[in-house]
Amino acid sequence: MSEAQENARELKSYFIGYGLALVLSIVPFALVIWGGLATSTTLSIIAGFALVQIVVHCRFFLHIDLSEQKREDLQLILFSALLFTLMAGGTIWIMFNLHMRMM
Amino acid sequence: MSAEARKHPGINLGTAHAEAHDAAEVVVFGFWVFLMSDLVLFGLLFATYVVMLGATAGGPGPKELFDIKSAGTETFILLTSSFTFGMASLALKYGRHPLRLQFWLAVTLILGLIFLGFEIHDFIAMFERNAGPSRSGFLSAFFALVPTHGLHVTAGSIWIAVMMVQVVVFGVDTPVKTRILRLGLFWHFLDIVWVGIFSVVYLAGLAR
Repeated sequence: MSEAQENARELKSYFIGYGLALVLSIVPFALVIWGGLATSTTLSIIAGFALVQIVVHCRFFLHIDLSEQKREDLQLILFSALLFTLMAGGTIWIMFNLHMRMM
Repeated sequence: MSAEARKHPGINLGTAHAEAHDAAEVVVFGFWVFLMSDLVLFGLLFATYVVMLGATAGGPGPKELFDIKSAGTETFILLTSSFTFGMASLALKYGRHPLRLQFWLAVTLILGLIFLGFEIHDFIAMFERNAGPSRSGFLSAFFALVPTHGLHVTAGSIWIAVMMVQVVVFGVDTPVKTRILRLGLFWHFLDIVWVGIFSVVYLAGLAR
């Protein structure tokens, strides 16, 4: 692939990422502004859109993908994501469980 | 770019920048280690915030304090700055005139500063309503989480300004190229943290 084609392809990828990220931000903001849905539904939609938007940012801005590349980097990122989930999720789980038992 | 040319996550300079592309492999990996330790830091601040959500001690909660218009504007500005940094990365990678790189870095810097302006305005409005960090556990956790992100954006903005000076002083040489690569990762990473902040703090806070 020539350099100009490569440039055009990467430029397009940034535009796609920006467009997707905008839509994924605007929808939950609009839901909260206009309301109408049950709180639990709104919260689930916010969480779902946030997770998808994080994947979009990783894919289109940070260029993390599953293609052939240095495996250590991908393992580092995946292991950190696991640590993040265990520490944040575990803390919240334990503290809310404790809170319920103390009521 | 062929598959074997990719040396690290993040935009790869490719074989046209052979020296910088090889040098980037090690330093970018090191920078990812830093970013992931930063991720753990933010993870614990998020966990603390969620646990402290109910601890308002009779003081104001998310509904009284947060302004969705301001949060939306900040989100739009930071997201756009991530995109403009992408344009700077492409200007670097495809060896355009350094002025093009400088232009996109400058746009990103200005957007970063506007973001900080909005954020500081929000914090001042909260202090004026007697909702500082010492008011309640909830507000302590809020002021631990959100300004930590703001401090990172401040550091990123200083870093952009330093790189713009380095491009003028040293030209676009190998160390400058790999520094801009790492700065890009830092800037995009901060935008991901902000996705967490606007979802968990602002939207979830105002939705209940």
